[in-house]
Amino acid sequence: MTTPEIGIGSNELPKKNNVWDHFVRMAKRQPLGTAGGLVVLLIAIMAVFAPWLAPYDPLEANFIYMLTPPDSQFLMGTDSFGRDLFSRIIYGARTALLIGFTCAIVGSATGLALGVASAYFGGYFDLIMQRVIDVFMAFPLIIMALAIVSIFGTGIDKVMIAITIPFIPRCARVVRSSALAVREMPFVDAARSIGYGHLRIIFRHIAPNVMAPFLIMLTAFMGEAILLEASLSYLGLGVQEPTPAWGLMLQGGEEFAESAPWVPIFPGLAITIAVFGFNLFGDAVRDALDPRLRSQ
Amino acid sequence: MAVHSDTRFEANAASTDMFGKETTVMKQRLTRLAGAVAFGAALAVGAGAQAATPEYGGELRVVVGSDIPSYDGHIESTFGMIHPIRPFYSLLIRINPDNPSSPTDFVCDLCVGAVPEPTNDGKTYTFKIRKGVKFQDGQILTSADIKATFDKLFAPPEGIASNRKAYFAMIDRIETPDDETVVFQLKFPSGTFIPSIAMPFNFVYSKKDLETNGYTWHQTNINGTGPFRFAEHIQGSHVKGVKNPDYYHKGMPYLDGYTSIIAPKMSVRLQAIRGGQADIEFRGFPPKARDDLVKALGDKITVQESDWNCVLIVTPNHKMKPFDDPRVRRALSLAVDRYSGSEYLSKIAIVKTVGGVGFPGHPLASSPEYLEKNIAGYGRDIEANRAEAKRLLKEAGQENLKFTLHNRGVDQPYKVVGTWLIDQWKHVGLNVEQWVQPSTPFYATLRKQKDFQVSLDFNCQAVVNPIADISKFLPSGGANYAEFEDAELESIYKELLKTGDVKKQKELVQKYEKRVLDDLTSQFITLWWYKINPYRSYVNGWKIAPSHYLNQSLENIWIDKAEYKRQVGG
Repeated sequence: MTTPEIGIGSNELPKKNNVWDHFVRMAKRQPLGTAGGLVVLLIAIMAVFAPWLAPYDPLEANFIYMLTPPDSQFLMGTDSFGRDLFSRIIYGARTALLIGFTCAIVGSATGLALGVASAYFGGYFDLIMQRVIDVFMAFPLIIMALAIVSIFGTGIDKVMIAITIPFIPRCARVVRSSALAVREMPFVDAARSIGYGHLRIIFRHIAPNVMAPFLIMLTAFMGEAILLEASLSYLGLGVQEPTPAWGLMLQGGEEFAESAPWVPIFPGLAITIAVFGFNLFGDAVRDALDPRLRSQ
Repeated sequence: MAVHSDTRFEANAASTDMFGKETTVMKQRLTRLAGAVAFGAALAVGAGAQAATPEYGGELRVVVGSDIPSYDGHIESTFGMIHPIRPFYSLLIRINPDNPSSPTDFVCDLCVGAVPEPTNDGKTYTFKIRKGVKFQDGQILTSADIKATFDKLFAPPEGIASNRKAYFAMIDRIETPDDETVVFQLKFPSGTFIPSIAMPFNFVYSKKDLETNGYTWHQTNINGTGPFRFAEHIQGSHVKGVKNPDYYHKGMPYLDGYTSIIAPKMSVRLQAIRGGQADIEFRGFPPKARDDLVKALGDKITVQESDWNCVLIVTPNHKMKPFDDPRVRRALSLAVDRYSGSEYLSKIAIVKTVGGVGFPGHPLASSPEYLEKNIAGYGRDIEANRAEAKRLLKEAGQENLKFTLHNRGVDQPYKVVGTWLIDQWKHVGLNVEQWVQPSTPFYATLRKQKDFQVSLDFNCQAVVNPIADISKFLPSGGANYAEFEDAELESIYKELLKTGDVKKQKELVQKYEKRVLDDLTSQFITLWWYKINPYRSYVNGWKIAPSHYLNQSLENIWIDKAEYKRQVGG
């Protein structure tokens, strides 16, 4: 594609860039990020259009076909209940995205609010908030999620709580460091001097200026949430049968790793590709929002 | 060695094909699986055939899938305690270790001679006790120790637990006319007395220990008269036992010692046997694990299989609507295709046999034909059963019922059966989710919170003793979580307890069974478990029993040294 020249003596009007042009430009600039974006898009399509894409009911057991290897009828084979793995992988995208998006958005949005508030108010509020965050961050993500699941119990809603809570302090800490710099900007002083309220200053003036780290955390959390959900389900503490969920499918296939390897392989691949895709996409977002990297 | 294969309840292959596909692939798979089982059986028979004179020496390495809650057999009900601790203790009588699959072959352990016949119209049992039996600390066992043990079991002091107290309800008093005689005086003649006395949890303790150290001392201390002496217990790691040189069954034990390695994850236990780090696991593996081991190790593995005195029960909470409605409960049972479940689940889980409330095959248990004709959900025509289930649900206004199945966080067989049940109920339009809890909160929900709608529960017993075993279904039985009362059921059971005549007992068991499974459908049976024990073929002398609690003294196990060297080296 060539960009039309616009200059003295040119009679051509500039062509309007369409979506495809944007996509091609982005693919050239960020090939890995584009690949990640495509994976995310593919997962989203699988999740939204699952009833049309899945050839069979993902919950329907048919023991006649138990542990059938992949073939033209069952593209990924069947599990020990005779359920079509391809259909369960497609429906599993719903569970992954539901948990991934919900936990990432709620966790990072709450973290954003707390982080900006902590930086803005400073003093004892900041001190106490940061010590609480220190306590939460002292635990590895999975340990914290395990502890929360053991308190609240299993099930999709509880898993979402378990994954969301450890995200909050992580986002709050990163956002706070950016917000500390923004707080000292003249426009914040100006807003204060003309009598704007705290909430207005936080949400209208500071928060929009820390969007870059926020969006990076948000995309990174999506991949992490999918991985955490899979880990909890693998440990038997997450989503429960017969709900199609990749981690749960991987756990159920462990017993058959030798005799029917397709049972654990396909959900394992789904988790790997999804997390890889979200991470690549997150990196691309970071690069796009970082002025130094953008200029390069 | 025996490989038991119960084909009595073989189900028809499913007649409908959801995907409309030829079943050749699966048939080939089934053929291969059958071949593998036959191969395993052949190996086992081969191993049995080569059994020769027992050899002395060696150490047995047992993997156990549970930690030890306490050492006290009188309060525990788990294999996690029995497997590592039972070899340190003796029983008054026990199931014949050479014939453990028989539910009626009892022999003396600490008593001498044959198991006594009752006198005084069936109300008195007199046991003669062995002389010179020594506890690990050197005390000599007398009849006073037997009395102290059973007094603790049937009439424990206030505040002291005895898990199976209800099993000894027939005992009036225990007398010790001399150091070598114990007399049990019963309130009424009871066919359940001998099986109850033979339970493997009835460890005989020293009277002095109980009186001096207190009734909870045995929870954390061990002093028994069994074939092995306690050496060490490293919490979460292992228990070690060494040969008891003073053991009273002459020539036993054959082993120098044993180590029970605690390994809660099944894959770890399986790989330990496969990799030569362990020799045997006594609870049981699912069929796929057996096939993998046989495929990988060939003649280095022996397999024993047996029906198992364990069953998974569906327990609706009668205090939760709409499960207070017998039509809804009956519909749940009618929707379950037990025969195809038996055929297919037995390939992936430790369940197999279709049966009623009593251990299948026992003289007091109902025959498959009887169940098929008389009990809801046992008819072979699953389409008719499900049509009836839908009709009942419609009549009860619950056609699109949504509920939660409460389940225990243990894969085999709880979660597998739970997932299967949800699929079965889907066929009659029910929308069911699974709520899984680890063991401790699972039981807290059943016993304390009681906020479940429908739950899976188990009935696992040691000695096959249907009259005692079926007390699980009795509202007043102490272990029934269905939250209901029924005077008629209580009355049938009371009559059953006091009946000595076997024919009458069977009639009453069937009346009781019909009341539980059909009239009230207060609870219902899924499938009985099936025990599969693959182990290293140099291990000899152990015979499988219909319970993972039985025949665990390890005294008759020996190691074929030449075979051990061939397999493990050294």
